[in-house]
This record gives sequence, structure tokens and C-alpha cells, in this order.
Amino acid sequence: MFKKISKSSLFFFGGTLLLFLVVQVLINNGTLNVFWLTLLRIGAVMAIVSLGLNLIYGFNGQFSLGQWGFYAIGAYAAADITWYWHNQKSAIALVVVLLATLLVGAAILILRRLFARVRGLDAMSAFALYLLVVVALVYLAVVISQPVAPVVSSLLLALPPAVSMQVVFVLAVLLAGLVAAEISFIFGLPVLTLGSDYFGIATLGFTIIVKVLLDNSDTMFGFAEMKGARGMIGIPKLTTWFWVFFFLILVVIITRNLLHSSYGRAIVSVREDEIAAKAMGIDIAHYKTLTFVLGSYFAGLAGALYAHINGFLHPNEFNFIKSFDPMIIVVFGGLGSVTGTIGASFAWALILEGFLRLWLPQGFETWRFVVYPLLLLLVMLLKPKGLFGDFEMPFLRQILPSLAPTAVARHEEVERATLTSSSGTVSYPGDRAENLPAQETNE
Amino acid sequence: MSEKSYQPVAPVIQSGNGEPIMEVKKLCKNFGGLRACNDFDISLHLNDLSGLIGPNGAGKTTVFNMITGIYEPSTGEVYFKGINIAGMEPHKINQMGIARTFQNIRLFPNLTVLDNVRIAYHTHAGYSLTDALLRNKQFSSKEKELTERTQEFLSVFNLQDRQGELAMNLPYGEQRRLEIARALAADPSLLLLDEPAAGMNPAEVVALMDLIHFIRERFKLTILLIEHQMRVVMGICEYITVMDFGEVIARGTPAEIQSNERVIEAYLGPGAAVLSEKYRRDKNS
Repeated sequence: MFKKISKSSLFFFGGTLLLFLVVQVLINNGTLNVFWLTLLRIGAVMAIVSLGLNLIYGFNGQFSLGQWGFYAIGAYAAADITWYWHNQKSAIALVVVLLATLLVGAAILILRRLFARVRGLDAMSAFALYLLVVVALVYLAVVISQPVAPVVSSLLLALPPAVSMQVVFVLAVLLAGLVAAEISFIFGLPVLTLGSDYFGIATLGFTIIVKVLLDNSDTMFGFAEMKGARGMIGIPKLTTWFWVFFFLILVVIITRNLLHSSYGRAIVSVREDEIAAKAMGIDIAHYKTLTFVLGSYFAGLAGALYAHINGFLHPNEFNFIKSFDPMIIVVFGGLGSVTGTIGASFAWALILEGFLRLWLPQGFETWRFVVYPLLLLLVMLLKPKGLFGDFEMPFLRQILPSLAPTAVARHEEVERATLTSSSGTVSYPGDRAENLPAQETNE
Repeated sequence: MSEKSYQPVAPVIQSGNGEPIMEVKKLCKNFGGLRACNDFDISLHLNDLSGLIGPNGAGKTTVFNMITGIYEPSTGEVYFKGINIAGMEPHKINQMGIARTFQNIRLFPNLTVLDNVRIAYHTHAGYSLTDALLRNKQFSSKEKELTERTQEFLSVFNLQDRQGELAMNLPYGEQRRLEIARALAADPSLLLLDEPAAGMNPAEVVALMDLIHFIRERFKLTILLIEHQMRVVMGICEYITVMDFGEVIARGTPAEIQSNERVIEAYLGPGAAVLSEKYRRDKNS
């Protein structure tokens, strides 16, 4: 009954387990200090964001600068949930976000079905309708959760404190992803109809809106701890090496399984040629939305993990200038290369932090913003297809299937049929005369 | 000024038997003030091999784009298997059974030959997104089946040995063949070919004509093709529609079209028909 596991999967899972254990042991015996640990965690978080962007930009061809906005949303959503649990032992934020995401998710699924039947409904009207429904449902969730929250809190309090904290944390991370994904779906409705460059500008606008909102709102849906531009403090530091590693591997596997399926091929075909994809029966609007939502989900996850590294969030961290960082990583690592994106993320963390604290002499730290762009310039000139180009680790490679025996048999049958046809030509249909099939079939 | 009075364009004749598979009625398309296509009618029956010709800018590709949903027609109807598909989304039209190729080849250049064709099967993949993400049994068996079907299909077009190559690295003739293969993969009942012989050398053109005959017999298809090379059109089409300045100016068999005055004038300029008639008489006498 055991499924045959391919060699590359075995290597991948063995390798990741080994890597995880080695790093964990090094952390435990103190070889890796806090500096290196933070660097690893930031690198992994960046890898998750960039993998999401690689899906959107590298595989689906949509130039998006909105990734950072969804990252911010994920960070604040998750921080809200754990902050309440950590500081007030109240599950109110958890219940509100859980109910809101579930209700909105269900509403989106239902409305999508309904709107698909309406012919000629333009994106803006659909967007307005969705927005109305979402606002109403979120309000409903806030109202319902008032009586529900104490019950959930007492249930969670029955667990040992360490366990309940971890449960809340994992739920917070997953829900933060969902919040980002749902917002990206609604935002994507009008924006994904735009062409590539215009889409980039619109998503940049989104990132700026999010940043300004965070700067100026002390409270959202009754949560008073965000504190706007003063920065949010008191978030529990829960993001361990285990959790970032776990979520990174999860994201890699999801990306790989998606890309190596019919859905992945449809996503890539949209990047390759939209008109041809349409003419091949691919609903390009659907696949653009799917990729955008999934990419934003990853951004939300990463944001949530980031929020629990330092225990402090400030809107400046989500400035739109930084939204270019994932873009740089994706291009630097190689567009459409998952391995390259992961490698480049860790390299990015190492280069920026390494120059800050390790390699540049004291007093010259700001020079890292001279060295870093120069490095980018050099790599782009020397390796225009990115650091890793088309390279993928074996686990992520698409295997070319061997020719099925039926294909060979069918070819011979067709050949026989055409040879005996009345047309009198010996050549295979569509073949050039000098390229007779008899010489090729036996290969 | 013209002493010639043109005969009215012949009405659409029922070339096949039974109900037409596609019927286009009074199709119009305006781009701003320009009328690219005016009252276009055509009717195709099962297993027809029909041609659409005309000088550059006559509106032939516009007609294709309207039938396949890339453009929305300004007015008019397109009935395919009894359903009006005018203004429907392109992917839905394709899923109903109309496939097309493009004037300038539009393959997925950075994908392999195998993936190019596998994409065409995606609506029949038979597994859901969750199946794909979990890589369960349903996924692996269906994916294997799909790959085998694709390889079998490629072998019909003699591309099976090329399956791992990137589409952009194929020679021109094979790219054309792959594009036709990809269009046929989803098992359409109507195939629209937009200048399949463009840029081909004479040997390749002969091979293409064989190929078109072959796929029509094998897949029981109805084919409508746009072509500039008269050799191809006159050689394989049974029925020809001629357009000029967005209007249909003639219909008929290849022999009828060759001697049609309006067609000759559309291609060679006013007065050409008289000259050509004179030339023929001189030659005969």
C-alpha cells in the first residue's frame, strides 16, 4: 500500500530534515547567536513573500508591487490576535478574525457562482457589490463574537499556557494569510483587468494606501493596540526557527505541486501569451485571480511570521520603497525559479545585515546602500537571467515523461495508413520530403 | 463611369447536407468610424473545407477574431451548433468546439512541445485544484492518462520525438504543425486557420496541404481557412468566400472565383478584368 516515493522527493525531504536538525542543534548549543538566528528567520520570511511574488510575477507574468501591502496586512492581523491573547488572555481578536474570514470566504464563494451567471457585469460593479457584502459581514462578525469570545477564551485557558499560546499563534498565522488572500481577491477584481504595467502602478498604489492607513489609524474594528505611527509593541516573540522553516517548506511544496499540474500550466500559459491562452479555452481572468490570491496568501503568512520575530511593528517597515525588495529578490534569483528565489532571499538578508554588522568598518554602515546596488548591477550584467537562471533543485524540476508505448504504436499505425493512401505521396503528412519518418521512429 | 454592371453576389448556398454547423448572419464590426466588416454572412456544414480570401485589409482576420470572441461584434449573430455565440468570452467559445491558429504563430514559446499541447487538455484534466495540491491518486492517474494521451496525439503529427524541446526552438514548419496540433487537441468540431502557409517555402506548402487534408479526414472536422497563396486556396478549398473592404464580394467554387470579375478587380485594380478577358481570348485564338 505504500506509495512509491521518487528519489528526488526522498532527497528533498531528507535534506530539509537534516538542514533543520543541524540548524536547530547549532541554535541549542549556542553556536548560532541571536544575530544569525534573526538573519535566518528574516531570510526565510523573505523567501515566503518572494515565492508568492514569484508566482504572480515569475509564473503568471503580472508585475505586482502590492506584495508588501499584503505582507503588512498579514503582520498586523496576526499581531492583533496574539497581542490580545498574550496581554489580556482574551480570544476576542481571534474570534472576530476567524468569523470574519470564514463569513467573507463563504460569501466570496457564493457570490462568485452567482456573478458568473450574470452576463456583462463589469468589474467595478462587481467590486462595489463585494465590498458592500464584506463590510456588512465584518460588522456582523464583530457583533456575533462579543458573546462567543469569552467561551472560546475559557476553552483555551483550560489548555496549558504554552500550548494555548502556540495554538493561538498558528491560527493567527493561517488567518493572517486568509485575510490577505480575501482582500487581494476583492482588490484584484477591478485591478487584474489592467494590462501588465498599469497593474504594477495600481498595486503600488495599494501598498501606499495600506501604509498610510496603518500610519493614521490607532484602531481598527475596535482593536486599540495598533497605535498608528507610534508603533505597536507587546507582540509575543513566537516565531522560532521551527515555525519559519515549517511554513517555508509548506509554501515550497504547495508551489511545486501547483506548478506541476494542469492548473500550473494554465497559469504559465497566461504569462506566455494571453490571447493564445484565451483561444485555447483558458479562463485567464480566473487564473490571474487564483495566482494573485495565492501569492497574497503567502505574503500574509510571511507578514504574520515577521510580526512575531521582533515583537514590534511600525508602519515604516511597510513603506512602499520596501515593496521593491521582494521584486529585487525575484528578479535577482531568476524569474520563474523557485530555488533561485529561496537562495536570493537568504543572500539578501545576509548581504544587508552582513554589511551592517560584519563586513563594513564602523562608521561606514550607510555604505551598504552603495555596495548592495552595485552588487545587484554586477549580477544583472553578468547573469541577466538571475543568479540561478533556469536552475531548479531536482525536487522542483519537471520531469519529462518517457514516451508512452501507445504513442509509438499510434505513430506506426498512422504511418502505415498514410503510406498506403491513394494520394501516392510517400511523405508523412506535414513532413518535409527530406525528413522521412522512417529514420526517426526507432529512436 | 463604370460600364460594367456587377452581378449581385450569389446567395449562400447549402453545400453540405442537413443543418449547418455554423451560421454567421450580418456580422458587423466598427473601429471608431472605420467599418472593418460589414454584413458578413457565411454558413459552414459538417466536414466542409472552405476558404476566405481577399486583399490585405479586407477584414478576414477581423471575422476570425469575432467568431472566436477576441473582438465583440458590433452587430450580427454567430450561430454555432444552434447557439448564438456572438460576444461570448473566447475561452467559452473554445470550449464549445471552435479552435483556431494565428496569422503570426502564437505558441507558448518558453514551454515544451508536450506542455503546449497539454495546456489544451486542461479543461478535461479530471482533477481538482485540491487534488493537484495534495498530489493524491486521482491526480497521478489522471495526469498520467493526460500525458499519454498528449504523446499519442503528438505522434499523429510526428512531433513525439520533440516533446521535450522548447516551442521557440522548433523550426518554422514544425511550429506551424505544433500550433495546428495544439488547436486540435481539445477535439474541436470547427477549425479556423489564419494564413497557415504564411512564410513557408514551396515544399513546406505542399506538406501543409497534405496535412490539412489529413486532419480533416482523421478528425472529421469542418475547416475555414484564410490564405493569401492562391495555390493553397485553389488547391484544397471546395468553396471560397471573397472579401474586400469588409464586404463579401463573391462566393463560389474555386473555378467560379477565378473567373469572377469583381474578384479580379479587387486584386488587380479596376479594368483588370477586361484586360484579363482580352488576354484569355488572345491566347485561345
